[in-house]
Amino acid sequence: MSALVLADVDLYYHRVQALDRLSIDVQENEIVALLGNNGAGKTSTLSMISGLVRPNAGSVTWRGQDLAKLQPWDIVAAGLLHIPEGRRIFSTMTVHENLLIGGYLVKDQKLIRQRADEAYALMPRLAERRSQQGGTLSGGEQQMLALGRALVGGPKLLLLDEPSMGLAPLVVKQVMQIIEHVRRNGTTVLLVEQNARAALRIADRAYVIEGGSVAMSGTADELAADPRVIEAYLGA
Amino acid sequence: MATTRSTDAAARGAYIEAPAPLHARPAPLSGLLAPQRFMNTTGLLLFILALSVPFITASPYVISILTSAFIYVMIAMGLNVVVGYAGLLDLGYIAFVAVGAYTSGILTTQFGFSMFETIPIVILACVLAGVVIGGPTLRLRSDYLAIVTLGFGEIIRITATNLSITGGASGIHGIPTWSFFGWSFADGLELFGITFTSKVLFYFFVVIVALGLATVGAARLSRGKLGRAWKSIRDDEDASEAMGINGYTTKLSAYIIGAVWGGVAGSLLASHLSAISPPSFEFLYSALILMAVVLGGMGSTPGVIIGALFVSLAPEFLREFSEWRYLIFGVLLVVVMIFRPAGLWPANAVLPFLKKRRIEPLTTTNIPWAAEAKQAAEAKQAADAAQGRDGDAARGPAENGSGAGRDGGAR
Amino acid sequence: MIEFITGDLFQLIWNGLFVGSFYALVALGYSMVYGIIKLLNFAHGDIYMLGSFIAFVLLGSVIGFLGTASLPILLLVLLITMILTGGIGVLIERVAYRPLRNSPRLAVLITAVGVSFTLEYGVRQIFGPAPEVFPFRLSGESVEVLGGRVSVPQIVLMVIAALLMWVLQLYVMRSKEGRAMRAIALDPRATLLMGVNVNRVISRTFFIGSALAGAAGVMAGAYYGSIDFLMGFTIGLKAFTAAVIGGIGNLYGAMLGGLVLGLLESFGTFVLGGEWRDVFTFACLILFLSIRPTGILGARIAERM
Repeated sequence: MSALVLADVDLYYHRVQALDRLSIDVQENEIVALLGNNGAGKTSTLSMISGLVRPNAGSVTWRGQDLAKLQPWDIVAAGLLHIPEGRRIFSTMTVHENLLIGGYLVKDQKLIRQRADEAYALMPRLAERRSQQGGTLSGGEQQMLALGRALVGGPKLLLLDEPSMGLAPLVVKQVMQIIEHVRRNGTTVLLVEQNARAALRIADRAYVIEGGSVAMSGTADELAADPRVIEAYLGA
Repeated sequence: MATTRSTDAAARGAYIEAPAPLHARPAPLSGLLAPQRFMNTTGLLLFILALSVPFITASPYVISILTSAFIYVMIAMGLNVVVGYAGLLDLGYIAFVAVGAYTSGILTTQFGFSMFETIPIVILACVLAGVVIGGPTLRLRSDYLAIVTLGFGEIIRITATNLSITGGASGIHGIPTWSFFGWSFADGLELFGITFTSKVLFYFFVVIVALGLATVGAARLSRGKLGRAWKSIRDDEDASEAMGINGYTTKLSAYIIGAVWGGVAGSLLASHLSAISPPSFEFLYSALILMAVVLGGMGSTPGVIIGALFVSLAPEFLREFSEWRYLIFGVLLVVVMIFRPAGLWPANAVLPFLKKRRIEPLTTTNIPWAAEAKQAAEAKQAADAAQGRDGDAARGPAENGSGAGRDGGAR
Repeated sequence: MIEFITGDLFQLIWNGLFVGSFYALVALGYSMVYGIIKLLNFAHGDIYMLGSFIAFVLLGSVIGFLGTASLPILLLVLLITMILTGGIGVLIERVAYRPLRNSPRLAVLITAVGVSFTLEYGVRQIFGPAPEVFPFRLSGESVEVLGGRVSVPQIVLMVIAALLMWVLQLYVMRSKEGRAMRAIALDPRATLLMGVNVNRVISRTFFIGSALAGAAGVMAGAYYGSIDFLMGFTIGLKAFTAAVIGGIGNLYGAMLGGLVLGLLESFGTFVLGGEWRDVFTFACLILFLSIRPTGILGARIAERM
C-alpha cells in the first residue's frame, strides 16, 4: 500500500523551477532514499511534503489525504515529521527541553515521558547530557538529539534531510542504525542523502533526482550496482 | 598592455577566458522618450519653472511657503540617502537639521560669523554627530539604529532646551540671511529694472542649492559606486560582504552623508525662519520627513520630491483636515507599507509611456546525462500513460487515479 | 556623607526600583515580541498609554455609577484593561504586522511607526491634547525606612508588578506554550516542524506583552495621576533601553534591565539634575550598545531567520 505519493509535482521559487513533474512514492514501512547532487531538488521535496512550501502543480498525498493545502502544523499532527538539514536544534534550551518540544502535539504527558525515556535508552549520550544546553553538543550528538526530538513526536513518516552531513563515519553508522530501528518499530522513512553509500545500505528503494525530477529509480541494490550511480555518487 | 599580458599568460596556460555572454547586449535607448533623458529634461524644466515663480507671483506668502517646501525637499533627500539607498531606518533625522540650524544660529548671532562661513563648521559638527551616533550602533543589527537615532533626536532637543548657549526653551532669534563677501541678501538687488527683495533672493538661493545641487547631487551619488554599494548592502548584507563590500563603512558613510545634508538644510532653515527653538525639532518632524520619503517612494528621487512637497504643502491646502492630519498620515503609512511599500513613485520605476529595454528570458541549463535520463523517463511515462488510458492501469507503482493535474490522489 | 549613605542612598535605590518595575513591565513585552519576530514594536509604548486611557474611561464610568472607587475596584479595572489592551495588541499584529511577515525588516519597522502615530493621534483626536486627570489616585501613608520614605501605594504597585512578572516567568519557562515561544525566538522554521501553530503563538505573545504594558499604564495613571497622549513615546524608548541592558529576547533580562535602568536613572538625575534624565538614559543605551550589546544576561534570539 502506498503511504506517501507525490504525483507530477512542480515547484517554483519565484521564477526558478526547483521541481519538474516529480513523481515518487513510498510504501508503508519502507525506507526510501532520495539521492542527487546539491540543488537537485531533494530538500525542496521534503520541504514541500512537510508543508513549508506549496507545490505549484501536482499532488502530495499521505495515506490518501491531500497534504498540499494543509498548514505545516496540521501535517505534523498527521504524523509526518521532518528533521531538517543542519539539525536545527534549539541551542539555548536543554537537551531535555528539546525532547519535550518534540512532543508539543502529543496530548498524553505520560506518553511524552515514555518516549523521551525510550530516546534516552536508544541514545545514551543524550541521557548523559540531559541538562546541558543543546548548543554545547557535538555535531553527532545534535543529530541524535534531532532524531530523539522527532521520536518523541511519534512519527508515522519520518523525513530526514542529510542526517549524515558533517558527521564522522562512525557516527554516521550509529545514525543509520537508529533509522533502521525506527523503521523496525513501524515508521516509514524517506531519507535524503548525499552520502549515497550509507543511504543505499539501509534503504529498500531509492530515486536519483536531477534537475528537479526523477532521473533513475529502483531498488537499493539495483542502483548500487548501476554504473552511472557508481560513477556519480559512489566515487568509483 | 592588456594584449601582451594575455598572450604571455595564455602561452603559459595561466589565463582563463571568460565565456561569451548568452545573449548580445541590447542597444542603449535613445531619443527623448528614453527614460533617463526624459527625466533629466523634465527635471530641468521643473527647475526653471521653480526659478520663474517670483516672476509670476509677487506674493511673499507663496515665496515663503515654497522656500520652506524646497528646504523640506532637501531634508527629505538627505533622509532618502540613509533610508532609501542604504536601507537604514533613521527616526531622529531632524536632529541633524537641528545641529545645523543651531550651529549656524549660534555662530551668526553670538560670534559674528556669516552664514556662509558657518557651513564648514556645520559640516564638521554633523560628521562628528554622525560618527558618535552611527559609529557604535551601525556595528549592530539595523533595527537598533532606529531606536538609537530616535534617542539621539531626543537628546539633541533636550540639550537645546537645557543649555543657555542655545537659548534654552525660547531658542535663538535674529538669525541673519546669507551674505557673500560683504553683500547680503538683505541688501536686495536691482537688475534690469526689477527689484529683488531679500526673501526672493533667498528663494533663488534655496532653489539652486536645495533643488539643484542637493537633489541632483544625491541622485548622482545613488548612481555611482557608493550608491551601488549602499543598495547592495540594503538588499543583502551578507552577499555584499562576500563580494568585498565593507558593510560597516558603507552604512556609516550613508549615515554621515545624510547627516551633512540635513545639517546644511538646517542652516538654510535657520536663515529662512530667522528664529529657531526646540519645539521645531520634535520627533514629530522626524516622523513627517520619514513619511515624505516612504510615501513618495524610498530611494526614488522623483518620489521623494513629491512626498516632501506633499507633506509640507498639504497642510496649506487641506486646512480643514489639519486636526486629523497626523492621524491620517499614520494610517496612510501603515496602508502604504502593506499594499504599496515601494511608495507612490517607486525607485527605478519608469513612466508607462517611456521606452523600455527588451531583455530575452534565459533558459536554465541542466547536467547533460541527467537531461537525457529525464527525457527517457518522461518518454516512458508518456508511453505508459498512452497505454493505460484505455484501461485502469496506474502509472508506475503509484495508486489508482490518474495523478495528472491538481486534484490527483485517490478520494 | 554619612547621611547620604543612610538617608539619600536608600531613597535613591527605592525610587529607582519603583520606577524600574514600570520599565520592566513594559520592557517584557518589547523584548518578547522582538525575540519572537525580530520586530521592535515601536507602538508598544503607546499600548501603555492606551492602558491608562482605557482605565481612565472605565474608572470614570464606575465612579459615575458608584460615586467612588477603591483599591479593589482599581484592581478589577486593571484586569479588564489588561484583557482589552492584550486584545488590541493581537489586533494590531493581525492587521499591521502579519501581512508583512515576509517583507524586509525595514518595512515592518516603518509600519510600526505608522501604528504608533495612529494610536497617539487617534487618542489625541478623542481626548484632546491636554493631559487628563486620572479619576482615582492611590493614596496612603509613607513609612520611614532606612532614612528614606516608602509609601504604601509604591509597595502595592511593586507587589502587583512582581506578581505579574512571577506568573509570566512560570508560564514562559515551564509551560508547553512558553517553550514554544522560546523555540520560535530561537528558530522559527524548526519550530514549525514541531507542529507548533506559529501564528497562534505569536498572537499569544502579543497578547501577553500588551497586557503587561497596559497594566503598567493603569498603575502609572493611578500613581502619577495625570495621563496624556504622548506618554507612551518616552516609555517605549526606556523600555527598549531596559531590554537592551538586560539582554534582548531574554525574559529575565527584561526584568533585570528595567530595574537596572530605574536605578541608573535615579542616581544619574541625582548627580546631573532632573532635566538631563532622558539624555542620561540614552547615553546609557549608547554605552551599552557600544560595550555590551548582548546585555547583562545575554540575548536570546535566532541568529538567522
